[in-house]
Amino acid sequence: MRATLGVFWDRLMEQRWLLPLLVAVGLALAFAIPQFRLVNNYVQLVMILAGINIILATSLNLVNGYMGEFSLAHAGFMAVGAYTSVLLTLHVFPVAAYPGLFHLSVLAGGLVSALLGLLVAIPSFKVRGDYLAIITLAFLMIVKSALENIDVIGGPRGISGIPRLTTLPLVFCWTVALVWLLRNFVYSSFGRGVLAIREDEIASELMSVDTKRVKVLAFMLSAFCAGIAGALFAHLLQFISPRVFDIVKTTEILIMVYLGGIASIGGSIIGATLYTILLEVLRPSTVAGLLSWLPAVVFDPLNEHFIRHLGVLRMIIMPLLLVLVMLYWPRGIMGMRDFRGFIPLRDRLAHRAATPRGPTRNGTADSH
Amino acid sequence: MALLIATKVRHHFGGLCAINDFNLELHQGELMGIIGPNGAGKTTVFNLITGVYRASEGSIRLRESELVGMTPHQITARRIARTFQNIRLFRDLSVLDNVRIAQYSKTRYSPLEALLHLGRFRREEQRIIEHSRDLLAIFKLEHLAGETARNLPYGSQRRLEIARALATGPELLLLDEPAAGMNPAEIDQLMDFIRWIREQFQLTILLIEHQMQLVMGICERIKVLDFGETLAEGTPEAIRNDPWVMKAYLGAEAVG
Ligand SMILES: Nc1ncnc2c1ncn2[C@@H]1O[C@H](COP(=O)(O)OP(=O)(O)OP(=O)(O)O)[C@@H](O)[C@H]1O
Ligand SMILES: [Mg+2]
Repeated sequence: MRATLGVFWDRLMEQRWLLPLLVAVGLALAFAIPQFRLVNNYVQLVMILAGINIILATSLNLVNGYMGEFSLAHAGFMAVGAYTSVLLTLHVFPVAAYPGLFHLSVLAGGLVSALLGLLVAIPSFKVRGDYLAIITLAFLMIVKSALENIDVIGGPRGISGIPRLTTLPLVFCWTVALVWLLRNFVYSSFGRGVLAIREDEIASELMSVDTKRVKVLAFMLSAFCAGIAGALFAHLLQFISPRVFDIVKTTEILIMVYLGGIASIGGSIIGATLYTILLEVLRPSTVAGLLSWLPAVVFDPLNEHFIRHLGVLRMIIMPLLLVLVMLYWPRGIMGMRDFRGFIPLRDRLAHRAATPRGPTRNGTADSH
Repeated sequence: MALLIATKVRHHFGGLCAINDFNLELHQGELMGIIGPNGAGKTTVFNLITGVYRASEGSIRLRESELVGMTPHQITARRIARTFQNIRLFRDLSVLDNVRIAQYSKTRYSPLEALLHLGRFRREEQRIIEHSRDLLAIFKLEHLAGETARNLPYGSQRRLEIARALATGPELLLLDEPAAGMNPAEIDQLMDFIRWIREQFQLTILLIEHQMQLVMGICERIKVLDFGETLAEGTPEAIRNDPWVMKAYLGAEAVG
């Protein structure tokens, strides 16, 4: 029975129509959910956040996982995308009259962010590892203090009164589109160049890989995605300030990446989704609700000393989680592997030959 | 016609002069060997030719173009490929990907075409896969295409390194101690193999080797280095009978 199920599952996973079908169903749901109020607003919000987080995690994984660097700049790119798009929405495009122009401001957020990605790519020619990590951290801090010191865009108070234009179907489309772009990039000669750089930069050069170009492309693509995510995030929150995009935000994205597993698109999708849910579950009200069945003698002190402070405790728990995952679970949920459906068929066939399933980059996860 | 000409190349690491007054004229189709004791500067010569180090002085020309000052990937794209003394595969990547990566400079699609998965991208990817599999078949590695490089036995890793170098499409191949760690029977096979790939891929080959059996067996010309200086250059017979070389290098080998 199990064997037949296994064969059936394998067959199913081989089907080319499976992924397009899932995307189509997802798209239909993404439109239907707000239209027919299939779930309440809170659940819908969590779904939108999950989508944005998926964009952030998959794109950071390109630099931190596939390329093997440790970038802390991602929240900075988000900020650039968020501020760019918000300023365009509020002051340049007559979005009220032509709502379609909102898409342009999101796209512009991504493009400006990609340009700044170039700025971070340049030091990566010279330095790697810890030093590059420090440079990306500096970038993050520069972005934040620059935003804090420009009064026209609100300074440390930020910008409020942003129209809520980010919707579930829009986030769904962007998520699918950007994950698709990232996946295409990863399985191209540029993506293989990124992997080669992680393995051995000098050997890559000697095997004809233009490592500078590959780094620029990877950083720019990663920053582009973060910029888009930032733009979507800003038009969801309806309020942004420099504090929204600080090191805590970067840490959150890092947790998603390393929890899901490095060099894995599927891993980042799982990591981002899990993290989004975990964050909601750890809210004081949720935890209190979940534990309310406890007798008052236990519940009250617990509530007094722990549950009520979860908002602050999260700031300790989350970085701790990152450290623990990196130390004791470096592969994460599916590091260096991916869902079969994400690997182009030609790549799977080319690798098949004698060892159809090995723990290589092109190995596949049998779980969904 | 000379393919590669190095003139008065000099290179030092800090105070140490690793290469001094190095001259080399390599003709198309030739198979030349570089020998010399440990630390003589042999690998440094390879690193200078391939752009890993930039020569402090002198010039290295491939046909008409000056290589000094170029980055390694530019030099490789000009059809010079190499292997390494200590195997330097992309260990965590598949055998196939090792060979595919080496075709980077021959890939004809733009980043945009790759991102959007356009027709030319798909055709090129298919072509790269087919070429890679052909190469792997030649090296009897095809059945290992999906295997992670680090899991291959030593001999297969050595073969994969040559396959990967050939995937860049070279006309000049630099082999750094290809026979390291091989027994005499394996060295015999390797000699046949080097001759064969030279024919098959129309290569000019420059190799570094300590194994006299191989050097004397296949090289048409040999250059002897010691402390960065050229001690002698000539046919295998001439080298074997050179008293200086005997003393500085072969003598020590024969005793040891
Ligand atoms: N990156 C470097 N920095 C400093 N010194 C170096 C460097 N690379 C090589 N050297 C020195 O240059 C000299 C020549 O080294 P090289 O590796 O070219 O020797 P080799 O002839 O290949 O020796 P072997 O037979 O042991 O491989 C040695 O004294 C070595 O210590
Ligand atoms: Mg050497």
